[in-house]
Amino acid sequence: MNVPDDLRYAESHEWVRVEGDNARVGITDHAQAELTDVVYVELPKVGAKATAKGQIAVVESVKAASDIYAPVTGTVVEVNKALEENPALVNTDPFGEGWIFMLKMDSPEEVKQLKDAAGYRTQIG
Amino acid sequence: MTDAALKKTPLYDEHVRLGAKMIPFGDWIMPVQYSGIIDEHQAVRKNVGVFDISHMGQLVATGPRVGAWLNEMLTNNIEKLDVGTGQYTFLLNDRGGIIDDLIVYRTGPESFLLVVNASRVDEDFAWLQKHLGDNGTLENRSAEYGGLAIQGPRIIELLQSLVGKDAELPARNQIKDFDFGGTRLTIARTGYTGEDGVEVFFAARDAAKVWSGILEKGKDLGIRPCGLGSRDTLRLEMCYPLNGSDLSPEHNPIEAGLGFFVDLKKPKFVGREVLTAAKENGTVNRLVAFRMKSKGPPPRPHYSVWREGERIGEVTSGSLSPSLNEGIGMAYVASGHAKIGTEIEIEVRDRKLPAVIEKKPLYKKS
Repeated sequence: MNVPDDLRYAESHEWVRVEGDNARVGITDHAQAELTDVVYVELPKVGAKATAKGQIAVVESVKAASDIYAPVTGTVVEVNKALEENPALVNTDPFGEGWIFMLKMDSPEEVKQLKDAAGYRTQIG
Repeated sequence: MTDAALKKTPLYDEHVRLGAKMIPFGDWIMPVQYSGIIDEHQAVRKNVGVFDISHMGQLVATGPRVGAWLNEMLTNNIEKLDVGTGQYTFLLNDRGGIIDDLIVYRTGPESFLLVVNASRVDEDFAWLQKHLGDNGTLENRSAEYGGLAIQGPRIIELLQSLVGKDAELPARNQIKDFDFGGTRLTIARTGYTGEDGVEVFFAARDAAKVWSGILEKGKDLGIRPCGLGSRDTLRLEMCYPLNGSDLSPEHNPIEAGLGFFVDLKKPKFVGREVLTAAKENGTVNRLVAFRMKSKGPPPRPHYSVWREGERIGEVTSGSLSPSLNEGIGMAYVASGHAKIGTEIEIEVRDRKLPAVIEKKPLYKKS
């Protein structure tokens, strides 16, 4: 299972890529493999306030709807519109084209509370 | 319940070996998928797929009077069954509510095989046993059998390579025994996918041999092992009901739109009075099929159904249809709103999304 070293990870299987004061967020390779065939992503609204560990988006597979949580607190500044046409990008490229939303972080320091790649690898076994 | 307490079918190790994702399903731990629900779904629609149905129950009823007695316990007419044929039917409670939907086969002049839902085996057996009296014997043989559903347009090629080119295969709803390398296969031409196919039963100890044999013979035909996930999307496209979701003791077969499998001309059977009244007076609710009108989140069980600001019902089954690539489902709605073509709305989280009531089945082979 792919767990890139340059990302941070939430226990609820979201990844974070820090880009200045912004955090790009998606779900991990492990999560997409567990969810399987993603058929719909309910994106948050740009401008929405996100609270760390608060529900912010929904990813739906054929079988079930799963909540996605904000890894850090902030404001949604961008969402991945490509997922509206092609939600399967979450499966095919979870750490790249399959990103879900971008947050402007209230406190960039908060990222340090997330797991590093080694910690997340331990979590998923 | 922890996974360790769950029942395993005789094919559990085979599923794990193939990398299946295993999930709890009632009392059982079952494969939900191997390669992916959509991939498995398409394999069944285009080629052929094999499902482990060993969790399903087998009840055997025998005796000179047992046929007449079963005819009073089940809704369809058993007298129409020749030896070697079966029919879809319902087991009802005294209120006409559905305990189980099942297939009953006449396997001999005085013997019957009932293939019932895994989650209802004990309940069905207890209910039947309670009413049996001195009308014959009833055995729960569920643990002795393994079972596979093999479904898809390439089924004939597969079966012929399994039991011989010259073997005469059972016609639709017929059941017949075959030999496969010393193992007796009881093959019934039936299924839950809308494709041509069979359900095969055999001694549980031979399960791995039969399973591997089928996957091996099916390799060149594009066979896929298939899990509960695709079993559900395939049956939903055909609007075949799932007991526990679309059927329950709170609903009767008339409400579920399945009156075809109820013979009200029979003088006596459990639930007859309630069903006769339901047929004559109509029912409060009706199970309908619907399709989402736009791309969006798929409908799910328990979502509310609305029409013109009024809540008219609840979704019982819903999914993305892999064949149609749109959201589909079934719902009980107030009978006044059940007409085909009725515009409805499905409440998904905080939005109401447009849908339309459609004729069953939702998927038709082109």
